[in-house]
Amino acid sequence: MPAKKGFVRIVDNTMRDGSHAVKHQFTVADVTAIASALDDAGVPAIEVSHGDGLAGHSFQYGFARETDEAKITAVKKAVKKAKVSVLLLPGIGTRKDLQKAVECGAQIVRIATHCTEADISEQHVKMSKEMGLEVFSLLMMSHMEPPAKLLEQAKLCESYGADAVYLMDSAGALIPDTVRERVSALKNGLKIPVAFHAHNNLGLGIGNTLAAVEEGATIVDACVCGLGGGAGNAQEEVLVAALDRAGYETGIDLYKIMNAAEEVVTPRMTRPQIIDKASLALGYSGVYSSFLLHTYRAAERFKVPPMEILLELGRLKTVGGQEDLIVDVAYKLSQRK
Amino acid sequence: MSQKRINVGIIGPGNIGTDLMYKIVRYSKYMNLKIIVGIYATSEGLKIASKLGIANSSGGIDALLSDKSIRIAFDCTTASAHFKNAELLKEAGIKAIDLTPAAVGPYVCPVVNMGEHIDVPNINLMTCGAQATVPIVAAISSVTGVTYAEIVATIASKSAGPGTRQNIDEFTQTTARTLEIVGKAEKGKAIIILNPAEPPILMRNTIYTAVKEQKKDEIIAAVNKMAKKVQQYVPGYRLRVPPIFDDDKVTTMIEVEGAGEYLPKYSGNLDIETSAALAVGDLVARKMLEKEG
Repeated sequence: MPAKKGFVRIVDNTMRDGSHAVKHQFTVADVTAIASALDDAGVPAIEVSHGDGLAGHSFQYGFARETDEAKITAVKKAVKKAKVSVLLLPGIGTRKDLQKAVECGAQIVRIATHCTEADISEQHVKMSKEMGLEVFSLLMMSHMEPPAKLLEQAKLCESYGADAVYLMDSAGALIPDTVRERVSALKNGLKIPVAFHAHNNLGLGIGNTLAAVEEGATIVDACVCGLGGGAGNAQEEVLVAALDRAGYETGIDLYKIMNAAEEVVTPRMTRPQIIDKASLALGYSGVYSSFLLHTYRAAERFKVPPMEILLELGRLKTVGGQEDLIVDVAYKLSQRK
Repeated sequence: MSQKRINVGIIGPGNIGTDLMYKIVRYSKYMNLKIIVGIYATSEGLKIASKLGIANSSGGIDALLSDKSIRIAFDCTTASAHFKNAELLKEAGIKAIDLTPAAVGPYVCPVVNMGEHIDVPNINLMTCGAQATVPIVAAISSVTGVTYAEIVATIASKSAGPGTRQNIDEFTQTTARTLEIVGKAEKGKAIIILNPAEPPILMRNTIYTAVKEQKKDEIIAAVNKMAKKVQQYVPGYRLRVPPIFDDDKVTTMIEVEGAGEYLPKYSGNLDIETSAALAVGDLVARKMLEKEG
């Protein structure tokens, strides 16, 4: 066995990004079971929120079966060691939502903006730091901007007090080379840790995460069974095994996380998490992964092919959160026919 | 014909104040822009005022208050500045039309509830997202009960100034409140998204409502009629997607193209705010003139 190269902290996203894959229908019983299995396996941080962050419960992003508060409270109750994380997108959720989440037990807050708009998160990052929380800043759709621009935005996050900055490959559009150049730009320019969030739309969820880690990222996201928007995130049990083989420690018990996947998460899945034609198109044209199921719905409603909708959304340079544009595009395509 | 006009002033020569200056000078029927005031002598807006031959000063609100002929003041500063300005204007008996999020006075949308508030000393013009979407919610509410209204405003990054960026929670919370108070939805929710695409996108707004009765034809007619009313003072206001019905959900999409005078066309979010200010200002001024015969 080679000497260990260091510790990589995995933040589980099964009940947040993974919530897209079940259209935000996880129940309190579901999150309790998943959180206790993850905690037992030694997962250090577990995120739970609507897929689009706190207060994502909406026509725009889908109504969740349970409130964020109920799920956060349940997860907090279910874990013994793991820290509980929540996601907030300024413009969707507010500082009030964040305060409520903290009252329910959230210890880590992750604040996400489009990768050119970090300055809208200043108030949220500062308030969270004042509340004594661990705060991560997330730069979404990071494939759309070059490394220098991402570094400029990451430095803003650092100046607000963030404890780490994430490069989010929200569209699953990056490849190992473009991951490396982005991670190393941040690694060289920041004092705080660099983190990475992959999507599997080009089949690179694990490969890109490994590339990020080799380039110096020390925090990475993953979902059990590879759940997540589009073709899903880096598959957590696979990532634990691959990182171990690559010589990194995660503190997660491989056999327990494998069992959690097969016995706890798989029975709760409503569709297979695969790279189908449309999710491949997301990665190839650089479209936000969470658009996938909304696109299928609009395609059905307006009788237009999902591929045509996705390609047009790519052409329009849509950013995360613009789910309403899916209906707009589908409607316009249907009028043309 | 040289009819009588009401003298007005603008506080805050930033993007909004400067755009409003152009609009009042070019289009107002009942107002005469006497002065625009700021606090920086180097302000671009003050230089433009000089070129247009409009009195201007970097002496702040005091410079405006010293002109006793002024009856209406448009406040284009910030919420915190407006809290102070509101007091001073009230003491001086000057009607305040507030374009900041301070909400000292009632929220007003020219085509929805102007009549109720025409005589109050301080009028708040809500957020740009609300000016674009509240009329549609109000139109649907006039047909049937709206149990929930949710709006998504997408704005070009270049058109969102530091005020909006640093107060994004206030934007969503205030807009949600106005959907309830002015739009008459039982519950409101607002989402804002900034898109940095080049060339910059036009302001887009999606309005989702949950309705009590699915009166399709009446809802469509009311929305079309309302859009036409808004177009009278915001020519670039367009229905992108007419009301779509899915059970009790009604989805309507709006696009706002700016007039492209001082501000670029993609700044529909700023244009709708200054257009509302012009419309409200003219209504108030006309009422003043009528009263005074």
